[in-house]
Formats: sequence, C-alpha cells, structure tokens
Amino acid sequence: MTENRQDEALEFEAFEFPPDPADDFEWVPATPEVAGNLAEPPEADWRTAGTSRRAFLRGVVCSGVAVSASAYMFTVQSGEARAAVRGVERLISLNVNGKTRRVDVPPSETLAQTIRYRLGLTGTKIGCNRAECGACTVLADDTPIYSCSTLTHQARGSKITTVEGVAAPDGTLHPVQQAFIDELGPQCGFCTPGQVMAAVGLLKKNPKPTVDEARRAMSGNLCRCGAYPHYLAGVMRAAGRA
Amino acid sequence: MAYTLLGKNFTPPDVHAKVTGAAKYSEDFRADGMVFLKTYPSPMPHAKVKAIDAEAVKKMPGVVGVLLPSEIKQPKDAGHAILTSYPVFVGQPILAVAAKTEQQAEDAIQAVKVDLEPLPFVTDPLESLKPDGPNALVGGNVANQRGVKLQQIKWTGKDFARAGDDTLPMGKPAIEWSFGDLEAGFAKSKVIVEESFVSAANAHHAMEPRSAAAYWEGGKCNVWGSTQSSSFAVPSLAKYIGIKPTDLNLVSEFCGGGFGGKAYSYPLMALPALMSKKLNGRPVLMRVSRADEFINGSARAAFQGWVKIGFGADGRVLALDSYIVQDNGSTAGFWDFQNFGMASSVILQPVAMRFRGIPVLTNTPPKGAQRGPGENQTANILEPLLDKAARELGIDRLALRLANAPGGGPNGKIGPKQAPLTSAFLKEGLEQAAAKWGYAEKIKKTGKQANGKIRSVGIGQAYHAAGYNGFDGMVRITPDGKLHIHTGVGNLGTYSYGATSRVAAEVLGYDWNNTVIERGGTLKAMPFNIGQFGSNTCFTMTRTNYAGAMDAKQKLLEIGAAMLGGKADDYKLDKERVVAKNGSGSITFAQAAKKAIELGGKYSGHEVDEKLNGLTKAAVGMIKGTGLIGVAKDKLPKNGTVPALAAAFIEIELDPETGKVEILDYMGVADVGQVLHPQGLDAQIRGGAVMGFGLAAMERYIYDPAYGRPNAIGFYQAKPPTYLDVPAELGSLAVEGAVDEQNPVGAKGIGEPVQGSASSAWLSAVSDALDGHMFNRVPVVADMIVNVVAKQPQSYRPLQVNNQ
Repeated sequence: MTENRQDEALEFEAFEFPPDPADDFEWVPATPEVAGNLAEPPEADWRTAGTSRRAFLRGVVCSGVAVSASAYMFTVQSGEARAAVRGVERLISLNVNGKTRRVDVPPSETLAQTIRYRLGLTGTKIGCNRAECGACTVLADDTPIYSCSTLTHQARGSKITTVEGVAAPDGTLHPVQQAFIDELGPQCGFCTPGQVMAAVGLLKKNPKPTVDEARRAMSGNLCRCGAYPHYLAGVMRAAGRA
Repeated sequence: MAYTLLGKNFTPPDVHAKVTGAAKYSEDFRADGMVFLKTYPSPMPHAKVKAIDAEAVKKMPGVVGVLLPSEIKQPKDAGHAILTSYPVFVGQPILAVAAKTEQQAEDAIQAVKVDLEPLPFVTDPLESLKPDGPNALVGGNVANQRGVKLQQIKWTGKDFARAGDDTLPMGKPAIEWSFGDLEAGFAKSKVIVEESFVSAANAHHAMEPRSAAAYWEGGKCNVWGSTQSSSFAVPSLAKYIGIKPTDLNLVSEFCGGGFGGKAYSYPLMALPALMSKKLNGRPVLMRVSRADEFINGSARAAFQGWVKIGFGADGRVLALDSYIVQDNGSTAGFWDFQNFGMASSVILQPVAMRFRGIPVLTNTPPKGAQRGPGENQTANILEPLLDKAARELGIDRLALRLANAPGGGPNGKIGPKQAPLTSAFLKEGLEQAAAKWGYAEKIKKTGKQANGKIRSVGIGQAYHAAGYNGFDGMVRITPDGKLHIHTGVGNLGTYSYGATSRVAAEVLGYDWNNTVIERGGTLKAMPFNIGQFGSNTCFTMTRTNYAGAMDAKQKLLEIGAAMLGGKADDYKLDKERVVAKNGSGSITFAQAAKKAIELGGKYSGHEVDEKLNGLTKAAVGMIKGTGLIGVAKDKLPKNGTVPALAAAFIEIELDPETGKVEILDYMGVADVGQVLHPQGLDAQIRGGAVMGFGLAAMERYIYDPAYGRPNAIGFYQAKPPTYLDVPAELGSLAVEGAVDEQNPVGAKGIGEPVQGSASSAWLSAVSDALDGHMFNRVPVVADMIVNVVAKQPQSYRPLQVNNQ
C-alpha cells in the first residue's frame, strides 16, 4: 500500500494489453512516415525503385491537369457553408413548443440551426444537414419535417414542436417516449429525437397504424445502430397495438 | 447459477435522456465566447505542401486564429497526423482556422492559399503491388500497426502473369504462418474448393459526426469528445494534446455511434484543444459535417483474397490455405487481414492451415476497426463457400457446419499457436437455433415460387475475440448507504456499461434502486478501464466490477468485525447490512461507510494498491474520504482467447427480374455465456443483423481512380440500411446452457459477430437462390444479381476494389 496523493506527479506507464495466448505478432508503433505526420515533407526521392518514368509522369500529369483544368473538383470538401447567402438578420416570431420566441434570423438560416444554436434546444440533432438521415426531424403543425432542410423564415406561422416539447409539462413522458424506453429503442441515441418526432407525427395522423404503415412512416429516419425492430415495437406499443 | 440482477432486464439510467433530447453529445455544448474551427482539407490524394499563405486570412472578419501543421508537436506513434504538410488522402486536414462564426471560419478556409505539389497515388492495393505501381507513401507501400513495418514490396510481372485475370496473384507476403500438414490435408480431401474474392471497404458513418469542443482553465484542458470509451481514451488524447493525463478533463457521456471508428481517442479530437491553447484557453468548437465524417472518420479495410479449402467426406475441414491482400488505407491501419486467419481457424477448426497476408497502403482515408474487423469479411467469404462444398459433397449445409463448429465449452483452438478458447458453444447455437427456427421445414420450401420469386435459406457464422483482463474496478459506498459504481468503460449505446455494473451490486447484495453508476467523464472519478470496443465489455468489465466489489465486500466484513468484535470471517452480507453469522448483531452499509471514513487508510481510499493504474489512483484521489472505497485490479486467472460466437439463419425471396432480395424470416443466435441483460442482447443481435445486411448488400467505398477522390460520401451514396430494407421483426436467441468458466459470472461479449453472422447468412442465401453462384464479392448489389440471372457479364473487373 502506498499513500495516495492526488497532487503527486503520477507516472503513467504505457498500457499494454495483456498477452493473448493466440497472439503471435509483435506490435509495431506507427512510424512518422506511415503516420503521415511529417512536419516537413520528405526530401528523399519519392520515386520508388520500381516506379517507371511512365508511371511517374502519369501520376503527375493526372494530378496537374486536374488542378488546372478542373479546379472546381479540388475545392474543399466541407464547402457547404460556402453557398450560404449572406443576408440581413430579421427579427421574427417563431412558435416553438407552444411558446412564441422572438429571434434574429438571416434568410439563409435553417430551422435546425435556429432551434439548436439560437434557442438552445439541442435535442434536435444534425446528422447529415442534407435531408438524408432524419435526425433533425421536428413537427411543423403536427407534420414531421427535416429541420436541416427547412429555412427558418419558411417556418414562420407554423407551430413547431421539438423533442423537448412532447412530454407533459410535469415531465410525464409522451407514450412514444415511454414506449421507446420500454422496448429499448435507442442504442447510441443520436437518431432518437428524430425517431420520436417521426413516431409522434405518425400517431397524430394515424393513431392505429399497421406495422407496415409505421415502417413506411418511419423510413425517413436512419439508425446506424440498426435499432429499427425495437423502434417499431415502440411505435406499436405507443399505438396500443403491441 | 441463479442471480438476483444478472439475466434480468432493467432500464439503463441514460435512456431517459435519449428519448427526451436531454442527452448532450459533444456538439451540444456551448460556452460564452466560443469560436468555431474549420479545417482546410487536402484537395489531392497525395501531395507535398510547398507553401501556405494564410496571412491575408488572419485579417479577415471574425478570424481569431490560424493553426499550421508546423505549430503542432505530433506524437510519432499517432497513427495519423492531426494536421499535416504531407497529405496522403483527399480531405486530410492541412491547417485549421478559428473564427467567431462558423460562416467566417468557412470563408477564411476558402481564402487560404495552399501550394501543393502532387505526388503519385494509388487507390487499388493490387495496382501498388505491380512492379511499376505507385506507392501511397514516400517511404513505401506496405505497413500495418501489427507486425508489419513500413516497407516497399513489389510483386514480379510473373506473379501477376501466372495468376491471370481471375485469380489473386500471390507474390511475397508480409505475414505468413501455418500449422499442421497442409499437403497431407489436401491429399486426403474428398472435395477441394478454391476461390479468389473481393470484400469492399465501407465507411463507419456513425450518426453523430465526430464534433469536438475544448477550452483551457487553470492549466487543465477540458474536452468534449465523441468516443466509445471513457478512461481508455484519456492517456492517448492527452498525448495528442501534449499534456499529462491528469491535466485532461474528458467529457464522454454520450457517443452517437462508433462501431470501432471512435474506439478511443483519435487525432482530430485534439484539434479544438490545440487551437484553444493558442487562443489562451478560449472555447473552441469543431463541428464536423457528414462529408468531414467520411473523410476523417474511419472505414473497414477492403480485401482482395484467395482461399482453398479441403473437406473430408463428412464435411470436416482437413486443410485451409489462404492469402489476403488488405487495403490498409493511408496510415498504420488495422489488422483485419490477420483476423481472417484467426477467424477461419476458429469457425472451421481446420486440421491444417496456412495464412499469408500483405497490408498495402492506398491513398484513401485511414482504415480502422469496424465491427468485426476482418472476422466479418471472413464470414462473408467463407459461408457461401461452405455451401458450395456441401453441394459437392452431397451433404446438408448445416451438417457441414456442425462437423467443424467448436462447441461443448472449453474446447476449440485458435491461430498459429493453436491456443485454447475459453469457451465455445457455436455448435450448440447452430443446433438450438435450427430447431427453434424450423430449418428442416424451411429448406423444403425453397426454390421457385408461384409469384416468380426464388425462395432460399442461408446460414452464417462469425467470431470475434471478446475479452481482456488486468483492468481496475472501483466502487464506493457513501454514508447514505448508496453504492456508487465507478466505470470508465464508455457508452457506445449497448448499455453494457450498466449491465456489467450490475455485477458489483450482485456481489454486494444491493437493491438496484439503491445504486448509482458514476460514468461519462474524468470528473466522475473513473478507474482505468478498457474501452468499449472489441466485443470485450461483458467479459472484461464483469471481472473488474467483480474485483472492485469483492474488495468492498472484504472491507465491509472487516469493518463489521472492528465495530462489533470478532473476525471478518464471522460476518456475512445480507440486505445491505453486515451481519454476524451467529446473529449477535449487525450494522448497515451506511454505518460501515461512515466508519470507513473514520478509519481512513485503505478503507477510505487514502491508501491504495500500488499496482493500480495511475489513472485509477488519480480517480481514487478524487473520492478518497467520501465513503468506503472498494478498488482492485482484476487478477483473476485467464487462460485462452475469449471467443464471441454467433450464428444466423435467414430465409429470403429473390426477385430474378429486379435483383431485389426480401428477407422473409431471420434468427440470430449468440454464444454469450451467461446473459447479463436480455433486452440489450436482443438489441445487439437485431441491430448487428441490420448493419450486417448493409454490409452484405449495399455499402461500399467508391473512389475515382483518375483523381483519387471519394464518390460515396453521403448517406445516399454509402447506403446504410433503412427501415424498408429489413423486416419489422428479427428473431434472436442466446445459446442455452452456455457459460464461460473463466469469467466470475460466466459472461462474455457478442457485439461484433452478430453482424458477420447476419451478413454471411444473407450472402449464403443469395448464392443458394442462384443455384450456388459464387459472386466472391461483397457487397452483392441488385445489378450483380440481375447480371447473373441474365447471364450477362458483370460491370467490374475481377479483383477490382475501391473503384467499382
């Protein structure tokens, strides 16, 4: 036993996995070269012994041509914001979860951005920002919409409901939320707010869906964990059909 | 064994926050004065940065900082760079900008001028192995973090010519091992099957992109990161940031999916912290887009391979020879290719075997472990091949698998050393699931149906190593009598952090409602635990929580003796009390906790076993004096590799006109030993199956070979399965009677093979529907099926990968 002093300089031995009896391999730490993290590009002749002049030229020419002739192809990947039109913010009223909120919003801002970053309702998630995954699903006048692909200005005059707005004021969960817990719907949970909203929207329009109707209604919401059977069981339980 | 808590369902404490939106993921944190970080991604697949002109950018509106690769001291064993002046794949971050708004940061990135000199690049491993093929890196074309140093290996023209177009060329390997007499095995075989094959790479694409935020205060760095693991991520993230682990506060309460791609820390997670440091601690948020997640996320390694298997008349595998060329990505990669050898040696238990492999670098994003890395590719290749052998031998496909599958408990061998498996019940799993699912009846209904579709049945099996030992467990009983179970394992969404914590409550006889799980961040005082990856949590963390609880139990008994007289042996635990065995008296756990604080020393955490990990000692230091502390290293014996094993049965209908495959019925079975959390196990078997169907039928990397640019970035291109791709119900089953004797509660993990068994069952069924056609390529997409039905050539070259 040693005295445990938190302020003492602690030694952190490099952790090694206990040897597995099946292992027959030595561990090779990544070298700077393989890690691709050279502070300076390597000076050595990068042409390999086996690289022919033809292959060398092919590489350079292909890349060079592309740079000059197809510059648009080599713009940055994360250029989504580039297209955003700058505009003057306008003060608008939004009805979110039964409350009227006054917010300054530029014309290019999406409802997901406004909900998350201006109103602080971070339950609504952005998984793809291009209407593919449904993590951002909210209700507009009880209809599920992708808030990442809806401009906030378009949502003026609609009653917006987010995942924070479906439980009762006393905290009692919405039947869909409770059913998702009972059926262990969520795994990682990132898509769950969108799944909840899609299910709530479905049951508002069709309180007693068949499994197939539920499956189709929920099909705009991706779950990479593959929890579809559990979410569906939750929808059917919430509809009183489980 | 009858348990009070284990094997029963419970509501995991974090699920409420998930359904209400209260769960905070790393991008949900905001702080006053927070600035936004964007990176400049390499536009080229392999290049040398000659110059960066960011001076004008620094004067742009809102810009507060620019971080260049030369400013970062990068650990040499990082795996890959945080920022680089030597990009090796399209999208690799070269520099970072921080600005007051995200738009300003993006505008600044657009204005940065980077002068790049293009270098040769390659996206297909076999191209790089050709005599004049390009190298993905300056230093060579072959490397892997496990057993393969960076080097150049080129195969000869003869190697390629000898193979022809349809067969894998097999030049010099980087790794080779064997056991048994291969030649004798093939000589004795009644049927020999031999195939070359391709298994595509595919991106992890967790729903939550890996956003991160950080700020510094009082010399400590606070990071919100998206990681599957908690305490295991701390030392490596601290290393990226360049600080001591005790100076890092990592918040990792929720992780929006990982599947291996966020196993613990990764270089990008350190970037906001490094920028914040430059900005004197100002909060920095890096919001990662879906496209960034493809680039900076991770992917399963592709295979180009060959296998030859010899079978006896009863279906027993007498000899197996194999060669795997792995697409290693642009960095140190993961050892999927070696897992082909391990997995096939477990599932088929061959009498003799040889494995050869070579991990080849390509200018594609870093490859990492993805759910069953290597093992699940192996399953996808082997299972249709087993069907082919069964057909040629004239025996039932299930019978052939039963002739080889390890079962009966502590039987079975693995790998070149033919090391023992701790427990295996795959054979029992196949038998039990076949009976419950009605395999014998279902195969009678296969063939062309009245609706024009072809009905068929498939069987899949998969393996993954599933357990470690030697980590620390820690519990605390506070003076209010509550049990606090401190766990650093992480929260991937399997709820196994909770299921394994229940072992501590079980050992101490606690009412589950009187316990608290302390997790989700450094400030929660986490012991040093293995991360939540590799299907290992159930085996490893039941051991650590058992060890921590047993230490607490001993201390409770000793305190009972100290307060009421006699020896510790004179006492027992009952209903949260320390009770004299002779009935002479008792104390509550609450009283014992108060006494522990009074006694100090080992009872209150003021003294600890010096063999504990430094991070565990630091965690004890945070809670010492607040209760009775039970803390111990897992020193329980372990001899052998812990195998997670799964099997699956599937019934499909294939539409020969459209190539569409509809799943009619499915049953997944898992050998997990003692079930800890039935509902959680069902969720893993079913969720793994859904992900498996994507692996088998839909997901793949597509790179433009001319420019080295990715063309399957978004969800609509990467094609993960949706609600409409899978049936509403999927059957799940745990092997009855299974127990792993090398775990104190008989449990072991399962997360990975439940995917590979499903994907390989799907592939087996599709092949069966097409009269045993061997695609030898994964995924099998609809147009490939249509081409086979129409007897048309396929649109890809044999062995072509990443460019299909």
